[in-house]
Amino acid sequence: MPSIDLPDAEAQCAELAELIRPHLRPGTLLVGIHSGGVWVARRLRDLLDQANDIGLIDVSFYRDDYGERGLHARVKPSSMPFDVEGRPLILVDDVLYTGRTTRAAINELFDYGRPASIQLAVLADRGRRELPICADFCPWRVQLDSAQELILSADSDGRLRWSVAENA
Amino acid sequence: MRNPQLNANGELTHLLSIQGLPRDVLIHILDTASSFLKVSDRNVKKVPLLRGKSVFNVFFENSTRTRTTFEIAAKRLSADVINLDVTRSSTAKGETLLDTVDNLVAMHADMFVVRHAASGAPHLIADHLRRLGRNDVHVVNAGDGRHAHPTQGLLDMYTIRHYKKDFDQLVVAVVGDILHSRVARSDLHALTTLGAAEVRAVGPQTLLPTAMETMGVRVCHDLRAGLRDCDVIIMLRLQNERMNGALLPSAREYFACYGLTPAMLALAKPDAIVMHPGPMNRGVEIDSDVADGPQAVILPQVTFGIAVRMAVMGILAGN
Repeated sequence: MPSIDLPDAEAQCAELAELIRPHLRPGTLLVGIHSGGVWVARRLRDLLDQANDIGLIDVSFYRDDYGERGLHARVKPSSMPFDVEGRPLILVDDVLYTGRTTRAAINELFDYGRPASIQLAVLADRGRRELPICADFCPWRVQLDSAQELILSADSDGRLRWSVAENA
Repeated sequence: MRNPQLNANGELTHLLSIQGLPRDVLIHILDTASSFLKVSDRNVKKVPLLRGKSVFNVFFENSTRTRTTFEIAAKRLSADVINLDVTRSSTAKGETLLDTVDNLVAMHADMFVVRHAASGAPHLIADHLRRLGRNDVHVVNAGDGRHAHPTQGLLDMYTIRHYKKDFDQLVVAVVGDILHSRVARSDLHALTTLGAAEVRAVGPQTLLPTAMETMGVRVCHDLRAGLRDCDVIIMLRLQNERMNGALLPSAREYFACYGLTPAMLALAKPDAIVMHPGPMNRGVEIDSDVADGPQAVILPQVTFGIAVRMAVMGILAGN
């Protein structure tokens, strides 16, 4: 199995913010996907000096594998502390992989209203897409084996860190 | 013996009774319900979880509110809902309960929401489905005889948790006709499972079952003693229609001894909440000044009930 050098996730957040900055439109709102995407969206909100709170999305009720997996993991409430109607949104996640989570999140966003646009910002794109979805902003493209899981976690002091788990 | 509500992996596959369910299963339902509560505030009050599934409301006993809230919950999960008024259809023509079930399974039912006057009817259906090998069909008990009304018990726990947080600090009084009340039984099991500090069963001797102490409950025949320093008061409806024989002198005398008036409520803690599963008999078990007062959380219970039923159906259909 190929071993990879894992970059500094905090530095990548700053890099991602600089990729977004030139394209930021007035009234843009950030929406993070639980849980990694929420951490990244909070970083971006501070780095980009956004006044609005971020929206939070938990896609559990929209997943396409509910029939196989059921509803087990602890579901966190989605919350949109703003009206999405007619607003430009940036959807934020930590890792873009098959694209299925993004699809579920977009579906859920439309149940809150009709946004003007949705762009996708991710910290890492690990390829192997199963849907026609791509990131608008991404500082890191990496090829991983399908048995490897790329995980973003927060240290006890809140610092974001990458790790790779090998699934049997 | 294996718990009939859990599948081979220990996951909840039917909801028949709160009795015998582990604490973490109850907590999982309550946590999931809090996520569903937000769905009802949105522009589109639906999630696609049960899209393409058929939920059959099979009510052998009348109930408008419970049937309606189950229907709303199923529709907000995008299920197709079919309401059967069984009392007026096939059963009236002599069809047995299990023949009715077999017919509905042949119509590709995915879930049954069952209310029946006989205790154990939903259990019988779940057992029948298991013998048929239909582990993909789920049963929710919406009230069976005097036995259980688990979704009401869960929505009561949701309400308590919403207003009061930790159960291990709480004194909870369940007041009234406990003998005939499946709600009371579900509440008492849920409260002891979730570790309430003290649970009191309050009512006249004729309306309390025997051996209640074995459930870990303190019995009070005096309303004043039962309410003193309570955090939560769950009032029960006086079940006139279930009352065979003279268990009470009169509704007026009942109100005088066990009716929740402002003066009685003042014995509880100042921030105590008052709950009632509905429908209320004003002037029989509860005074209008209390029912409409600031401590009553009776209408929020109804709202929470939809989210709790969404959580139950969402969890069952995925297992």
